[in-house]
Amino acid sequence: MANMAQAIRLALNYSEKNLQLKDVFGQDVGAPLGGVFTATQGLKTSWNTPLDERGIISMAMGIAMAGDRCVAEIQFCDYIFNTIDLLKIAGNTLWCTNGQYNLPMTVMTPVGAGIRGSVYHSHSFDSWASRIQGWKVVMPSNPLDAYGLLLSAIKDPNPVLFLKPKALMRVRGEELIPGEPADEKELKTRIDAPIGDRSKWEPEWPNMQEYLVEIGKGKITRKGEQITVVSWGRHLLLANEVADELKASDVSVEVIDLRSIYPYDWGMIRTSVAKTGRVLIVNEDTEVTNFGEHLIYRVVQELFYQLLARPRLIAGKNVPGVGLHPNLEDATVPQKSEIKSAILELIEEVP
Amino acid sequence: MSYSKTTTSKSNSAKANFAKVATKKKSLVKMSSKKDDSKKSSALKTAKSISSTQSLGQLPDKVLVQMLDLMIKSRVLEERLIKIYRAGESYFWIGGPGEEAWGVPIGILANKGQGVKHDFMHLHYRCTPTLIAMGMNMKDSIRLMMNRATDPSTGGRNFSNHYCIPEMNIAPVTSPIGVQYGIALGTAHAQKRAGAKAISIVTGGDAGTAEGDFASCLVWASRKNNELPILITVQNNYWGISTSYEGQHGETNIADRARGFNIRSRVVNGNDPVESYIALKEEMDYIRKTGKPSFIEAKVSRLYGHSSASGANLVQNEEDCLKSFSEKLLSKKIITEKEIKTIWTTYEEEALRATEEARCEGVPTSESIWDHVFASNENSNWRKF
Repeated sequence: MANMAQAIRLALNYSEKNLQLKDVFGQDVGAPLGGVFTATQGLKTSWNTPLDERGIISMAMGIAMAGDRCVAEIQFCDYIFNTIDLLKIAGNTLWCTNGQYNLPMTVMTPVGAGIRGSVYHSHSFDSWASRIQGWKVVMPSNPLDAYGLLLSAIKDPNPVLFLKPKALMRVRGEELIPGEPADEKELKTRIDAPIGDRSKWEPEWPNMQEYLVEIGKGKITRKGEQITVVSWGRHLLLANEVADELKASDVSVEVIDLRSIYPYDWGMIRTSVAKTGRVLIVNEDTEVTNFGEHLIYRVVQELFYQLLARPRLIAGKNVPGVGLHPNLEDATVPQKSEIKSAILELIEEVP
Repeated sequence: MSYSKTTTSKSNSAKANFAKVATKKKSLVKMSSKKDDSKKSSALKTAKSISSTQSLGQLPDKVLVQMLDLMIKSRVLEERLIKIYRAGESYFWIGGPGEEAWGVPIGILANKGQGVKHDFMHLHYRCTPTLIAMGMNMKDSIRLMMNRATDPSTGGRNFSNHYCIPEMNIAPVTSPIGVQYGIALGTAHAQKRAGAKAISIVTGGDAGTAEGDFASCLVWASRKNNELPILITVQNNYWGISTSYEGQHGETNIADRARGFNIRSRVVNGNDPVESYIALKEEMDYIRKTGKPSFIEAKVSRLYGHSSASGANLVQNEEDCLKSFSEKLLSKKIITEKEIKTIWTTYEEEALRATEEARCEGVPTSESIWDHVFASNENSNWRKF
C-alpha cells in the first residue's frame, strides 16, 4: 500500500497527465528534493521557488487568474501565517468581483504535531482555515482519501486548502488506490527517487485511475451506538484505535472522519448524534475558537433535546506553541488516553 | 457591459479653470453637436481630423489629441465621482485625478483582450485613466461609485476605482496595498508559458513599495533564466495618505531598487504623456521581445488628496498634467481652445447623464450576500450544509 506522501505524488502525476495541472511549486518542491516529505518527487510540472511564502501564494493566485490549474505548497503551515491576507483575497476574489473571477488553485501544507517538530513545525491550521471564507478546506487521514481529495481539490473551481497531517506522511493505507501496484516494493522502486545522484532518475509512473472523494463528505470509519466521535487528520486514527479498544469492553463508539473542514458533512454528524445522543470532537488545533466549537454550537442548536450528555471538545491547549520535549508536546496536543477517558466519562453521563 | 475600442462619446461642459489657460485658436473643423454617446463621432473623432505637421516626441498628432481627449475624459469622470460623494450618493471616493498623463498611455498601448494572449492589467485604485483609455464606459465607473447592482466590477460590493473587467484582463483591484505586485507574477508566468508575447502590467503607488509583495515581484520576476514578461511600474505621487516620500524612502529613486535585480529600469515624468507614452512603448516592446521584466517609476501629481477621507479637495501646488499638456498642444496648434472646451463639455454631459441613469438603477439585495462565495453559486451557507 502507498503511504500518504506516495499517494499525493500519484495524485499530482495523475493530475498533470489528465487534469491539466500545469504547475506544482513551492520551496524545495522541484528536483532534486521533491518536497521535504518527498510528496512531489519526479513530477514534470514541479519547480522550486524562492523562499517566499507570499510570493508562492501570489503566484498561485495569478496562475489561477490566468486560467491554469496549479498546486502550491507552503513547506509547513507554521510559515503560512504571513500569507493570511493573501489567502483572504484568494477566498474573496470571486465574491468581490460578483462572480467574475474564480481562482481554481490548490494550496497544500503539512500540519500538526507528532514528529517532535518543536514550535515551528507543529502548528495546526484547520481552525484558522475555517475562518477564511471562500476556501474549501480538506484534511485526509489516509492515503486513499489523500489521493481522492487532492484530485477533487485540483478539479474544483474554487481555492482549496489541502492540509497534510505531517505525522501520517509515512503511514500506509489499508486500501489500494485505483491503479496502484499491489506490491509495495514495486511501487517504491517505480516512484521513489534513489538516494544520492538523482540527475538521471525518472519515475515509472503506474497507470493511475481517477478516484474522487467528494469535498464536503465525511466517512464513518467505525460504526457504533453509544457515542459519536468526530475527528480528522492524525487524530482520526487515534479515535479509531480508541474505538477498537473500547469495543472489547462493550463500549460502542461511532467514529466520523470529517475529511472536509469546510464545507462539512453536517448530515452525517446530525444523523449520528441523533442516534447516539453523545458527541466528542477531537482535533489538535488550539482549543479557544476551535472549529470543533462551531460543530458543538450547531449540535446544541439543532439536537439539544436529543442529547444525553454535554457535547465535548478535546483540542490543543491554548498555549503559544508545541514545545519540543515530549513532556511538553504530549501535554499540549490531545493524547489517546484523553480521548478514551472523555468517551468513558460521556457515556456515563446521564441527563 | 460594453467597451468601445476607441474613446467615443460626446459631452459638453468646459472646465472653467482650464479654459483660462487655453489659447484661443481658430477651429479647423466643425465640432460635433450630437448627443448620442453610442456613436463614435465624438469629440475625439473631431479632434483627430485636425491636420497638423507639428507633433511632440515624434508622436502623430492624432495620438497626441487622443491622449488629451482621454485624459480629459478621465478627469471629468473622477471629478464627477467626487461630486457624487459630496452629494451623499456614495460612501467613499478614491481615485487617480492628476495621474492621467501616465495612466492614459498605458491603456492606449496595452494589448487589450481576455486570456493569456493579451496583456494582464494588475492595477491599483488610481487607474481610472488607464481604464478609460482601454474603453471603459463612464457609467460603469459611476455604477461602481454608487454601489449599484448593475456595477459590472463588483455588483455594488466594493469601493470606487476597485475595477474588475475580465473581458479586458483587468484583475480585481484590491484595497490591501501592493498585493497586485505578487499576483502579477502568476499571470506573467502563464503568459510566458503560452508564448504569445503578451505581458503583465502592474501598477502601484510609491508608499506601497514598502510592502513585501513589491520585493517579491522584483525577486521572482528577475530570476536568472526564469525571467518573467512583466512591466513593473510605480506611480510616485510622493504621498502615502499623509506620509511624505521622505518619511518612508531612503532610496533616491524607487527605480534604483529594480537595478539591484538586474531589471532594466527608468524614471519618467509621469506628468508628461508624451514622455510616458514613449517610455511605455519602449519598455513594452522590450518585454515582448525579450520576455524579461522592465521597471518604470513615474513621477506624478496627486491633485485631490488621498481620498474622500482627506477631503478630496483640489490641491493648488502640484502640476496639473491636463493644463500643461493642453498648453503644449495649443502652442503647437495641434488643437484649439474651442475644441478642448468641447471635449470637456461633451464628457461633462456624458458623466452627468450617466449619473442620472445610474441613480435610477437597482441596488444589491440583502439575500445576495451568499452569492458567489463559491463558483457556480454552490452553497456556502453552513446553515444549509
